[in-house]
Amino acid sequence: MPDSSRIDVRKTYKLFIGGAFPRSESGRTYVAEDAKGRFVANAALASRKDARDAVGAARKAFAGWSARTPYNRGQVVYRIAEMLEGRRAQFVDEVSQSEGATARKADSLVAASIDRLVWYAGWADKVAQVVGSSNPVAGPYFDFSLPEPTGVVAVVAPPDSSLLGLVSVVAPAIVTGNTVVVLAAEGRPLPAITLTEVLATSDLPGGVVNVLTGRVAEVTPWLASHMDVNAIDLAGIDDAELARDLEVAAADNLKRVLRPRAETWTRTPDLSRMLWALETKTVWHPIGV
Amino acid sequence: MAFEYAPAPESRSIVDLQSSYGLFIDGAFVDTTDGRSFKSVSPATEEVLAEITEAGPGDVDRAVKAARRAHTRVWGPMSGAERAKYLYRIARILQERARELAVLESLDNGKPIKESRDVDVPLVAAYFFYYAGWADKLGYAGFGPNPKSLGVAGQVIPWNFPLLMLAWKIAPALACGNTVVLKPAETTSLTALAFAEICQQADLPPGVVNIVTGAGDTGRALVEHDDVDKVAFTGSTEVGKAIARAVAGTDKKVTLELGGKAANIVFDDAPIDQAIEGIVNGIFFNQGHVCCAGSRLLVQESVADEVLDRLKRRMATLRVGDPLDKNTDVGAINSAEQLAKIRALSEVGEAEGAERWSAPCELPERGFWFPPTIFTGVSQAHRIAREEIFGPVLSVLTFRTPAEAVEKANNTPFGLSAGVWTDKGSRILWMANQLRAGVVWANTFNRFDPTSPFGGYKESGYGREGGRHGLEAYLNA
Repeated sequence: MPDSSRIDVRKTYKLFIGGAFPRSESGRTYVAEDAKGRFVANAALASRKDARDAVGAARKAFAGWSARTPYNRGQVVYRIAEMLEGRRAQFVDEVSQSEGATARKADSLVAASIDRLVWYAGWADKVAQVVGSSNPVAGPYFDFSLPEPTGVVAVVAPPDSSLLGLVSVVAPAIVTGNTVVVLAAEGRPLPAITLTEVLATSDLPGGVVNVLTGRVAEVTPWLASHMDVNAIDLAGIDDAELARDLEVAAADNLKRVLRPRAETWTRTPDLSRMLWALETKTVWHPIGV
Repeated sequence: MAFEYAPAPESRSIVDLQSSYGLFIDGAFVDTTDGRSFKSVSPATEEVLAEITEAGPGDVDRAVKAARRAHTRVWGPMSGAERAKYLYRIARILQERARELAVLESLDNGKPIKESRDVDVPLVAAYFFYYAGWADKLGYAGFGPNPKSLGVAGQVIPWNFPLLMLAWKIAPALACGNTVVLKPAETTSLTALAFAEICQQADLPPGVVNIVTGAGDTGRALVEHDDVDKVAFTGSTEVGKAIARAVAGTDKKVTLELGGKAANIVFDDAPIDQAIEGIVNGIFFNQGHVCCAGSRLLVQESVADEVLDRLKRRMATLRVGDPLDKNTDVGAINSAEQLAKIRALSEVGEAEGAERWSAPCELPERGFWFPPTIFTGVSQAHRIAREEIFGPVLSVLTFRTPAEAVEKANNTPFGLSAGVWTDKGSRILWMANQLRAGVVWANTFNRFDPTSPFGGYKESGYGREGGRHGLEAYLNA
């Protein structure tokens, strides 16, 4: 029997930037509640500067991460799945608390999240074979096309699906070599925060995934207008007006934009979430003696 | 000893110009209901070639409605195999009328007949042949077993490769089952109107292809039309950004093929003679009116003097003049407006301290002309190293190590193309890997092929045209 007189150790929740766990530079926090509106935790309330720090960390990590072999990236993403599996019970509790799901439902969502990571991990060294090509040009040239990561990807995580949705938008971006700044589900940040502890112990280089917690309306305009962000996934924007404004801001440096769309996160995905954040590079060389 | 060339003009009698042209809507040439007209001139002589219609919003709306009808009733439901046969038919007619189209293109655009005859028009036919073959094979393209067309495509193209850009836009759109409304650039409408005639000749069902001529306002009306499902644009980065803003919050799918400031990188072990040809081709092909032009020469310091000497010698042999002369290497600048831009940026280059050298050539008195020009002593901060000049002007920078070359090459918001000249295979692949650009030409430059995807990184736009990849833009994938 647990000792009911014991005072539990409460935790201060922080951001995850460049592999470290800083508080918001603004010093602000906000209250995360459970599905019934009860206090769960104080989460860091990310500011404009936090967003910019996160982009800086993601940019710094890009060269190294994108230069890893696809095999290695696949192993790292698989390792995330392993670490998540090891902390399954904690995630089931947190998903259940955040989303108001039954333990059974939460268990299946966590299982699906782990399986999703495994699925994407396997794509690391296959996507180039599926979407790359050798191009039979009409002349004495060898010509081939390969997918390459587009760079720093900002992601607004889905508000409803606090873990499975998050994993489903982050994994496809990083497995191909992009680095990510993700804003966790505003009202349900706890599973995302705990996921950062998994990421920090998964051989994932610091800065490849940076997790912010805070207000969608406050943080996303800074991400959308940041000139060193190459692409933005608006998965978690459910306000059409805001989605339009963000897309307008993203045009300043022609970010690739993934518009909000209806998603069933429990369904096995197609390739679209990997492909939208890839560039095609075509290389020509003459053939001759 | 200097070689003199006797003029060898291509006859323009093969071209049958009308004094004025209407809009091509729903299979017929029609008058505008709410537009105006403007004159199209030959940039080589400033002679008025024809009166062109500037379509108003009402005209654009009629064209989009015609395209919608054609998509719903005819082209959308038609089997891929039948669509393919129409496209093959068009490809054949393009080949049959190749000489006429080449002359017309050179007249209207100012590009040398050598280029329109040997590059542009053959590629135009090749793109139609290539995409014709895809029309009944889309299930094998990797976008699911039964990919669907998007509907009506609104397409806006530039003046540098008028007919070729039309082919890049229309061929894949039609192959995938879409119908199109295309707006050519205001200074180069004539080959698009000739293409409209070809659609009639091919008995293409009315409304499948609609051509609305005009300037920026016409393009805006098309891009912003509510019933357009897909927007495809090739042109400046500035307009590309405006389009990206205009389509925000809609369901329109967009591809943008925009500006560039490509580095053409010459290492000290490069085959120098070939590299010189590649540099010349990279920046003086099509008067430098090429989005993927190699407009920044990065040359390794140890061979910089030799490369520059040889480059100047080669530039002095370029024949600048009458686009219809078969000897001509460099034709006319497309418009007075573009010439003013090239002059203004060149003056900035001198003002900022770079050294200008232009090939000694006589320029015709009438028309719009600019001599092949290089700037040396250019730093990365100079505007001529950062901004797209879109003319026959090359900025020369130097580097010492491969890492420095990569750093300089990638130091631009653009990312359309790059060139690498070296004899070392592993270095080519390493450079190709490091360069943040959509197309890398190694020991060659400015090669195009319908099977080869083309498009940019970063602010050079998004989406790819050409090859299997080019289908994605026109499918509900």
